Amino acid sequence: MTRMAATRDGYGQALLDLAENPKVVVLEADLGKSTKSLHFRKAHPNRTISCGIGEQNMLLVGAGLAASGYIPFASTFAIFTERAFEQMRNGVARPNLAVHLCGSHGGTHTGTDGSSAQSIEDLAVFRTLPNVTVLHPSDDVSTRILTKRLAQTNSPSYMRTARNKTPVLYDDTDPESIQIGKGITLKRGSDVAILACGVLVSESLDAAELLQQEGIHATVIDMHTLKPLDTELVNELVDTCGALVTAEDHNVIGGLGSAVAEHLVKNTFAPLEMVGVQDRFGESGQADEMLEVMHLSARYIVDAAKKAIARK
Amino acid sequence: MSKTTEELEELARKCRVEIVKMVHRAQAGHPGGSLSEVDLIAALYATRMRVRPQQPDWEDRDRFILSKGHASPGMYAVLAEMGFIAHEDLKSYRVLGGVCQGHVDMKWCPGVDFSAGSLGMGLSFGMGCAAAARLDGSERRAFVMIGDGEMQEGSVWEAAMAAAHHELGNLKVILDRNRIQNDDFCEEQMRMFDIPAKWKSFGWNVKEIDGHDMEQVMEGLDFLEAPENCNGPSILIAHTIKGAGVSYMENNPSFHGAAPNDEQFHQAMVELGEVVA
Repeated sequence: MTRMAATRDGYGQALLDLAENPKVVVLEADLGKSTKSLHFRKAHPNRTISCGIGEQNMLLVGAGLAASGYIPFASTFAIFTERAFEQMRNGVARPNLAVHLCGSHGGTHTGTDGSSAQSIEDLAVFRTLPNVTVLHPSDDVSTRILTKRLAQTNSPSYMRTARNKTPVLYDDTDPESIQIGKGITLKRGSDVAILACGVLVSESLDAAELLQQEGIHATVIDMHTLKPLDTELVNELVDTCGALVTAEDHNVIGGLGSAVAEHLVKNTFAPLEMVGVQDRFGESGQADEMLEVMHLSARYIVDAAKKAIARK
Repeated sequence: MSKTTEELEELARKCRVEIVKMVHRAQAGHPGGSLSEVDLIAALYATRMRVRPQQPDWEDRDRFILSKGHASPGMYAVLAEMGFIAHEDLKSYRVLGGVCQGHVDMKWCPGVDFSAGSLGMGLSFGMGCAAAARLDGSERRAFVMIGDGEMQEGSVWEAAMAAAHHELGNLKVILDRNRIQNDDFCEEQMRMFDIPAKWKSFGWNVKEIDGHDMEQVMEGLDFLEAPENCNGPSILIAHTIKGAGVSYMENNPSFHGAAPNDEQFHQAMVELGEVVA
């Protein structure tokens, strides 16, 4: 039986792991119970700063701490990180202060709260900021490892986690193979390459199984880092597969698909199909229902793979 | 760090001359808010700030955050007087590659603790610096200067509420209450009613002074440092005159963000005692 877990739990665990570094501090904007920073707060209340329901202030309190030698991890819902975009831009990214912002409950997969809570543009907006690393891991294990790696970097980051449980992919994986900026090859095939992030990585693995039943062999990549993009890997996939699909629970404008497309048109060529939210807002629904209604589930990835192959 | 009132007044006068020179040279910039704030910043640096101009990134220094970062000439002039930068550097104000960027920038100018320029951000950053000092068990303080128009930014009040909640007694704010913002008088753009009452109701220690009377400025800085006011954050509301020291700029919204022409420049130098009429 596949273990199921939510990436936000991996974030919470990582903060606890990081606590042995006395410079690590946690910032909350009321949603620690949801983003899972609450475990750190419980264990280290003196290093947890409540900013109330005030995301703009939180980002810059983080900047002041980072400029004073601390390693702040700030979290709220992905949708509310967007409210502090200019603080992230002018007060964090511009002076290159290593504030680590985590937006949980990203994407339409968030579910029944509906469109007001379903961030579909967070990855796009933070990807536009110089100096900022953008991550969207696929399971709790990789989230835990990548969060810990962020504490070693000297630049700011945005990481999206998800509210709901998805299959755990890396329980038996060597942690060394999970590195910021390096896509992870989960399955190899030479007909088409599927590059996915977040909750759509497991959907992509399901899609690859379905394709296999039809004799189509797909490579599946967990592209957990959107910026910096693993362009070396993209080039390799163009050579080995010759057709690409991106899959993300995010608007097709500005996210992983765009990042891959930006690289492709400038450097090489392969047909690219983008599975993602087709520039519309979501609605209330269960996580699995949302993947269907937004055309993000495995069968839509299968369709996209066939289209990409046909365009070779 | 003791200085006589006369010495401080002379320091501020020299800074005013530099402010007008910088803005005139660049034919751009923000003289009004620089001239209103400069007595306060000069007195703060000359008598209170625990800093090392030869080691500007000394970790245990007091921080000064000019949240109204467009009023950078006022800060650059003081940094030059204190020896953080050379007087020659002031000529780089708004010039490509210059130490003195249009708005104060920590990546470009030694002695600048925060890259400001977008209003409403400095108080939050200062709160982070104050929280870090407390975690370090350090006595260092975070001084933040904000403008009155800036208080229209909602995030100022997020920070005001949070700093009081966390009882950050090492966070000290100076409000440059010069009554003018970009487009017009604050009273016309957005009335702010009882400003001291607002801060008091947010849980801050509050004192009002005349921000151009050096004796009152020193009393105000004493208030910010007083042990009895270190139970929580404090704010010094300094009533100032936008453009103070240059007659045609005083209380004139046009000189929020405009440079004097050559004739006006000469007049300013005369009024500031730099040249004989």
